[in-house]
Amino acid sequence: MGPLLELQGVTVGYGGGDILHELDLNVEEGAITCIVGPNGAGKSTVLRVVSGLLRPRLGRLRFRGVSIAGLSPRQILRRGIVQVPQERSLFPTMTVWENVRMGAYTVHDRALVERRLQAVCESFPIVRERRHEPAASLSGGQQKIIEFARAMMLDPSLVVLDEPSMGLDPKTRTTVFDTIRAMNQAGRTILLVEQNARSGLGLASHGIVMESGRIRLEGLGSAVLGNPEIGRLYLGASA
Amino acid sequence: MSGTRTLAITPGRVTALKGLAMLLVAILALILPLIAPDPATTGMAVFTVMYIGLASAWNIMGGYTGYISLGHAAFFGFGAYSFGLMINHLNMAPGYLPFVLVPVAGLLTAALAVGIGWVALRTRAATFVIVTIAFMFMLQLLGENLVKLTGGGAGLALPYSHDWGGDFFNIPYYYAMLALAVLTIGVSWWIRRSKFGLGLLAIRDDEDKALAVGVPTRSFKLTAFVISAVLVGMIGAVYAYYVTYLYPQFAFDPLIGISMVLMAFLGGLGTVSGPVIGALLLEPAQMEFAYRFGASRLYLVFYAAVFLIVILLLPRGIVPSVADLVHSWRRRRQAGPTAGGSRNAPVSAGEEPPATAQQRLASP
Repeated sequence: MGPLLELQGVTVGYGGGDILHELDLNVEEGAITCIVGPNGAGKSTVLRVVSGLLRPRLGRLRFRGVSIAGLSPRQILRRGIVQVPQERSLFPTMTVWENVRMGAYTVHDRALVERRLQAVCESFPIVRERRHEPAASLSGGQQKIIEFARAMMLDPSLVVLDEPSMGLDPKTRTTVFDTIRAMNQAGRTILLVEQNARSGLGLASHGIVMESGRIRLEGLGSAVLGNPEIGRLYLGASA
Repeated sequence: MSGTRTLAITPGRVTALKGLAMLLVAILALILPLIAPDPATTGMAVFTVMYIGLASAWNIMGGYTGYISLGHAAFFGFGAYSFGLMINHLNMAPGYLPFVLVPVAGLLTAALAVGIGWVALRTRAATFVIVTIAFMFMLQLLGENLVKLTGGGAGLALPYSHDWGGDFFNIPYYYAMLALAVLTIGVSWWIRRSKFGLGLLAIRDDEDKALAVGVPTRSFKLTAFVISAVLVGMIGAVYAYYVTYLYPQFAFDPLIGISMVLMAFLGGLGTVSGPVIGALLLEPAQMEFAYRFGASRLYLVFYAAVFLIVILLLPRGIVPSVADLVHSWRRRRQAGPTAGGSRNAPVSAGEEPPATAQQRLASP
């Protein structure tokens, strides 16, 4: 069986030159794949390509063996690929409950929406506990959890996370990473970009180090984390 | 402990209290002309109920989508003139029958609102506010200058029933206004709980994000604008029948538009009950001021003062501010007994112990 997501020879840029250069990247079904690397390496660009926000100039993009290159973000959403962006994306004055419902706005089967809501409440108790409260009243970590819950409303196969720990304190970051691990254990394939390389690779089953739009190293998350050169370059001298 | 349970504000109790309050208000509204039949009271009641309807109708657009229209008096005046022209041209005998023209005036207002909305909703924020005001003044100017049609500055007279004299005169209009106010609140309530309403609230928070999650923002905004305008137009029609004489500067009065906004702001934007509470508080006070200070228009100072107080002290309005207080009070009570570092204290998801977070996450 092939990978769930396949990028082959992807070259893409924003108009002022290419950011990714003939990139080959596979995401295996059921895995947590974490991309790390310095600023400007092209990590977030990979996610923008996968979500349909950026169209590759060259190369192939396949999901479950079918090309998704050139599809709109909405069409890609329908295929089961959901992105949780880096910045806060909840509707601040709407309640937690309303925000989660917005995740399935394009689903017209009411019974299905209700079933997913119940399931999401089981998985993310905070949704029920804080259902009447405006999203803006939650802490940064809580908002991130609600964003995950909202993403689950589309029952995705692949969850794409852009810097999920950005701006969170260490304790909350641990909770967010535990939540990601639990989503994975529940059957979601995860592709994440993480600035905090140590935490990201510690969580991942597969690690990828990018540099200047190319893959510099990849392998098991623990192996990448243990690589002395990577440790020296990205994780600090103690690694 | 049993004492604290008795005092606890649970969502179920809040709903029950709301239901009880609504029932009492509904009964009071229905029997008001019986318990206070004097024309001064029923006259004040006609205008109060009218503003309940107007503020609630305005809230469907301004409160739910965040598009602040200061030109809704355009629809009020248009509905009023549509009704006046129809009743005159059809030579309809005064009485109960002309009330059937109220929905027709609403439909005509809908046609106007589609045109205005089509243009105005291409803009956002302050530009939208200015465009709506501009349309309102354009209609006022048309009312003044299309003399053959509207009577211009000389006004447009409407027939009225001579059978409805004395204490009874206000009562048919009061119930007509009440019916429209109930209809408006019902529509507002339905929208607030619908998927359509959810989309409108998302537009209010962030229109681009709303579009990204699949809300058809353009059609939703236009639909909300037209619904809001139709209801305002129908209320304008009953107003025309009640006052029996229309002048452009009073039918297309910017103060009517501002009053709707102020009442919705005071009660709470984007809530069903907020505009009702705002109108119940402001309109009787405004009428009392106008009565006491005659034609001095000193009541405008009162309006300005209320506006300032609302913006400074209650920027979100009464209902959301009270809701916030209840939420924080409830959370303090929940956290209270175990607060202060206890290992068993209820924790928010952000501070949840890792093991618990994992245990709780199963496949949705």
